[in-house]
Amino acid sequence: MSTIKINIVSSSEEIYSGEATMVYATGTLGELGIAPGHTPLLTGLAAGPVRVQNGSEEEAFFCSGGFLEVQPDLVTVLSDTAERADSLDESEAIKAKEAAEQELANKDASLDYAKASAQLAEAVARLKTIQKLRKNQ
Amino acid sequence: MANTKEVRKQIASIKSTQKITSAMEMVAASKMKKTQDTMLEGRPYSLKIKDVISHVALANSEYPHPFYEERTPKKACFIVVSSDKGLCGGLNINLFKQVIAKSAELNEQGIESCFALIGTKAAGFFKSVGGQVIAVAEKLGDKPNPDDLIGLTKVVLDMHKNGDIDQAYLCSNGFVNTMTQQPNVEQLIPLAPEEKEESSPTQWDYIYEPEAKELLDGLLTRYIESLVYQAVIENNACEQAAKMIAMKNATDNAGDLIKELELLYNNVRQAAITQELSEIVGGAAAV
Repeated sequence: MSTIKINIVSSSEEIYSGEATMVYATGTLGELGIAPGHTPLLTGLAAGPVRVQNGSEEEAFFCSGGFLEVQPDLVTVLSDTAERADSLDESEAIKAKEAAEQELANKDASLDYAKASAQLAEAVARLKTIQKLRKNQ
Repeated sequence: MANTKEVRKQIASIKSTQKITSAMEMVAASKMKKTQDTMLEGRPYSLKIKDVISHVALANSEYPHPFYEERTPKKACFIVVSSDKGLCGGLNINLFKQVIAKSAELNEQGIESCFALIGTKAAGFFKSVGGQVIAVAEKLGDKPNPDDLIGLTKVVLDMHKNGDIDQAYLCSNGFVNTMTQQPNVEQLIPLAPEEKEESSPTQWDYIYEPEAKELLDGLLTRYIESLVYQAVIENNACEQAAKMIAMKNATDNAGDLIKELELLYNNVRQAAITQELSEIVGGAAAV
C-alpha cells in the first residue's frame, strides 16, 4: 500500500512525523481526506482533530488552527498548538469551555470579546475531538 | 602606605562580589540548558514552515504576495532583538553596533530607518541614540510566548502594507556555541525569492482553500512571526551563554584581585610589625 509522509509541528515542538496511508483533517472549509498522490493543496485548518491512518493503526491529534500543505508525497501540518488526542483531558476541556462562556456572558467588563469567543471555539473543538475519539473506540 | 584595616575591608568587599558573580554564573548555566532546549524545540516548526514557503515560492501562484515585491526602498525597519537584563558581556552592544552600521549604510543610499525593539536593553539604547521607534516589546521572560510578539510584528507588517516602510530587517544574535554568539542582520522583507529549480519543468500551482490571497497573507504573516519568535528564543539562549561566560570571567578576575590584595595585606602587616619592633628597640636603647 502506498504511503505519504506526514509531519505535524507546532510552534513549540515537533508533534508527529511518520508515514500514513490516509490523513484526515479539519480544514476551514470542511473535513478533508488526503490520500497519497494528492494534488498540491494549501488550506487553513480549523480547530479540530487531525487523524493519521497507517494501515489499521490510527493516531489522532488535536489542532487548534493553523495551516495544511499537501504535496503529492508529503503532508505538512503547521499547527498553532497541537497535542496528542490521548493527552486531551475532557474535564479540562469542559472547564475551559465554561470559563470562556462565563467571560462572554460578562460582557460589560473590559474584556477582549474576540479573544473570549476564540477561546470558546477552541474549547468546543477540543470537546468534539474527545467525543469523536470515544465513539471510534 | 595603606593600613591593614583598609586592605582587609577591600578584600571582604571583593569576596562578597565574587560570591554574587559565581552564583549568577551557576544560575546562567542552568538557565542556558533550558533556553537551549526551548530553542531546539522551536526549530522543527521554523524548518517546516520554511519548506512550505519555499514550495509556495516555486508554485506559479495566481496572486503575487506583496512580501515578495521589490519596491524602490525609501524607508527600512529594523526589528532588533536584545536581552532584558544586562551583565552579559558585549552581547547586546555588538549587535547594536551592527544595526547602527547597517542603518548608516542605508542612510547613505537615501533610505531612512525606524526601529521595532524587543527587549529592555534595545529600548534603552535606541532611546538614547535617538531613532524613530515604532514598537517595543519588553520583559518577555525566559520562555517567551509567541503571542507576545504578534503585536510588534503586526505593527511592522501593517506599516509595510501601507507603504510606510519598504524593507524590514531582523537583527538578532545567532547561537553558534556556548562561547560564540554571532550578531546577524538579516533581510526579512522583501523575502528573497527562492531560486527556481530547473529540474521542475511542469508548471503547477496549489489548490487554495479558501482564496489564495487570504491564505498566503495568513501563511506569510505566520512565517514572519515564526522567524521573529525563533530569533527571540535563540537570542535568549545566547544571553544565558554570554552571561555565564561574563560571570565566569568576573569570578576569575575577582579571584586574581583577592590574591594580589592578600599579598599587599601581608606586606603591610609585616611592615607594621617591623616598624613596631624597631620602635621598641629604639626606645629601649634610649633608656
